[in-house]
This record gives sequence, C-alpha cells and structure tokens, in this order.
Amino acid sequence: MQNTYYNPRDLKKFGSITEWSEELGNKFFEYYGKVFEEGALTAREKSLIALAVAHTEQCPYCIDAYSQDGLQRGITKEEMMEAIHVGAAIKGGATLVHGVQMMNKVNKLDG
Amino acid sequence: MTKLKTQSLHKRHSELAYSQKQLEILSNGIFQNGELPKFKDKIAESNQFPLKARQLEILQINVGYMCNQVCEHCHVDAGPDRKEIMTRETMQQCLDVIKASGAHTLDLTGGAPEMNPDFRWFVEEAAKVGIKDFIVRSNLTIIRANKKYYDLPEFFKKHNVHVVSSMPHWTRGKTDKQRGDGVFDKSIEALKALNAIGYGMPDSSLRLDLVYNPSGAFLPGDQASMEKDFKRALLDDFGIQFHNLFAITNLPISRFLDYLIASENYEDYMYELVEAFNPAAVANVMCTNTLSVSWDGYLYDCDFNQMLELPVNSRAKHISEFNKELLEGRNIVISQHCYGCTAGAGSSCQGEVA
Repeated sequence: MQNTYYNPRDLKKFGSITEWSEELGNKFFEYYGKVFEEGALTAREKSLIALAVAHTEQCPYCIDAYSQDGLQRGITKEEMMEAIHVGAAIKGGATLVHGVQMMNKVNKLDG
Repeated sequence: MTKLKTQSLHKRHSELAYSQKQLEILSNGIFQNGELPKFKDKIAESNQFPLKARQLEILQINVGYMCNQVCEHCHVDAGPDRKEIMTRETMQQCLDVIKASGAHTLDLTGGAPEMNPDFRWFVEEAAKVGIKDFIVRSNLTIIRANKKYYDLPEFFKKHNVHVVSSMPHWTRGKTDKQRGDGVFDKSIEALKALNAIGYGMPDSSLRLDLVYNPSGAFLPGDQASMEKDFKRALLDDFGIQFHNLFAITNLPISRFLDYLIASENYEDYMYELVEAFNPAAVANVMCTNTLSVSWDGYLYDCDFNQMLELPVNSRAKHISEFNKELLEGRNIVISQHCYGCTAGAGSSCQGEVA
C-alpha cells in the first residue's frame, strides 16, 4: 500500500480515469481542453485563474500543473503570486462575509 | 536561487565537461531500466528510424567557444575561458564549401562569434558569395561589451546579415538569472542600437529575430503566443521592435544537464520531453537539412552532437573532405538528447518545426 495520499507522478496518469468510465471521462477532457482554449479570455489569463483556483481548492496536482504551465507561458512569479492573493482574498472574504450572518443571529437572539 | 557560475564546466574540471560522461548519463538510469524508451526505439514506433539527412539547406558554422557571457544553460559550455577558435585556414575551407554546397542559409554561431579575431574577414568574404540567408547568432551584450564592438550593428547592416539573438524573457529578473547580472540592460541597449539603423523594424529587410529558451526545467510555451507577449512588452517598456521569436527547447546536455542534475530535475525533465514527443516534429528536425561545422572543421549533424563529440556517420568527416553525395542520405547520429528537438511543436535553431 502506498504510504502517501498524493504522488506527483499520478498527475501524469490523470487521463487513465477514462478507463473505468470512457464516455464520461472523454467528455470531461474534451470540455477541459475547450475551456482552456483562447477565447474571450486569453489562454494566459485562463492559466492564472486556474492557478488561483488550484490554491483555493488546495489541489497539489493542479498547483504543480499550473505553476509549470505559467512558467511555460512566460508568466512571472510576481503575476503568479498576485493571482494567488486574489484567490486568498476571495477565500478570506467568503469567510468574513458570513460574519454578517453571525451578527444577524446574535442580534436577533440577544439584541 | 542558483548563483550564476563565472567559469565553464571545462575550467572547473567538472566531470560533465566530458561528452562521454554526458552520454553515459543519457543512456543509463531511466533509459536503461526501461522506465522510458530510448529515442531510437521511440522513432522506430512511427517508422522513422534510421533518421536520414536530406538535401543540405543550412550550413551552421561554430567559429569558436569563446564568449563574454557564462549563461547558466549554455549547451556549448562557452565562456571567456574557452580558447577553441576557428582559424582563417579553416574559414577558407568553409568558404569553398559555402560556394559549392548550394545551401541557402549560412548560420554563424559560437560562443560569441564576434570574438573570433577573423570574424569580420569571414563575414566580408562569406557575404560576397551572395547566400540567400546569412545569419549571425549574436548574444547582443557583445555589441556593448567593448568599444571595438560598438560598430557591429553598422557592420551587420553593410553585409546584410540576419541577426538572431537570445532573449530569455522580457523582464530583467528572469533574463539576468539565466545569462548574468546586467545582461538584460545591455541587451536592451544593443536592441535599441539595432532598431536605430533599421534592424527589426516593420517592413525592414534587415532581419532581427529573437530566440527564447526557458529559464528553468520546463518546456517552452506556444511560439506564436510567446512572440505576441514579447513584442507587446518590449514595445511598451522600451520601444523595441523585432521580427520573429524562435522558441527553443533546452536540450539536456552540458551546462543545462549539470543544472538539471544539481536541481534534481533531470528525471522529471526527461519524462516531460518523452511525454511531449511528437512524431510530426521528427520529419523536420534540423539535422535532416543542416550540417554543423566545429571550430576545428569537423562535421556534425547538429551543434548539440558537436558538443557531445558525436561526428557525422560518413566518410567525409572534415570540412576539407566535404562531399555532398557522401553526406546526403547519411544516417543521423542520435541519443536521448534528441528528445529535446521532438517535444511538442519541435525545436530547432529556427524555432518550432511542426
């Protein structure tokens, strides 16, 4: 039994998920490929969004993949870190904005 | 961050200065235990083995390994301490071949080719042959390195030389990390000087192309997108223009191999190259239409084989023995470094090939 949950080499085997559900797997990868094509957003912008989401989702495979993808596109480390801060700000904001709900409840019960 | 070395692997007596050691590494380990297929077996899968040379189109001449820079990833292991320099006698032999070969492109490289004391003589003589595309691979900083080189842009213009220059990134930090402190600023100065006399300007016949190779253990991105980003950034930040960007993959030899091993990226990088193998790129790899001549006149399938001391598989082994019939159709000498030229959209001294 492997003694870690994540193995970096498993990222290379991502495509193998189609083996146990070919149609759904293929549809997913077709969709995935289409999403990252140049469109109203550039492929470069999409790569930075993916990097930020990779962090908010805390997916180590995605972090490896989109750090490398960014380097290949010439994206600088400053741009990458700023993108992660955008993700962090939304994560932090999402936590804190629920503070209003807490305040509402407290005020209702003990106002 | 890795501190840039100031001496070549040769000067440091590193074991990776020796081609035998590099070839050993490229044939053992993951390629010996079957984890990854050898290049020969990989191209055999698509019936492309043996790879054969077609008609000669590009004659690439390395006029010496001396350079004013010691770039982190240099496949030549060039630097100020390298003394291998092509003599005028060998240059004359090259000129005879340029006239007779029918090649449409002459490509001078190094080192910094301008540091060869007979460089200008050679350019003047070669320009008289009237070859269609006459390339000099200039590292840009040489133009600003010393007063005696300040007039190089004018010299290039006079002989209608096509200037091809390395530029790893449009930012100072990434460029200097790979090529040395101050390289970015000097390169910008040199590009401005070239632009000022017409090089790289839209519709100008004075060709100025840039070469991008990644600053670390990753493959280059899409050439057209990179070109767009480079053009926008250099124009916005410095008012600089150029014609095309060639995206080149770093091959795992010499200083880049040293870097890959030291940074523990070697195996992952080789996996990347093998996984990105593109059979369509094999048909157009540069060794099929190029001949590489070393500073001492010996012939190789490409500049990388030259550095690995893998001579052409032909009875004509030296420029003085050049024979078109003997060289055309020869079997190309390959090893696992060749995966660098067949990854993704492929890679050559002229950029993507597929």
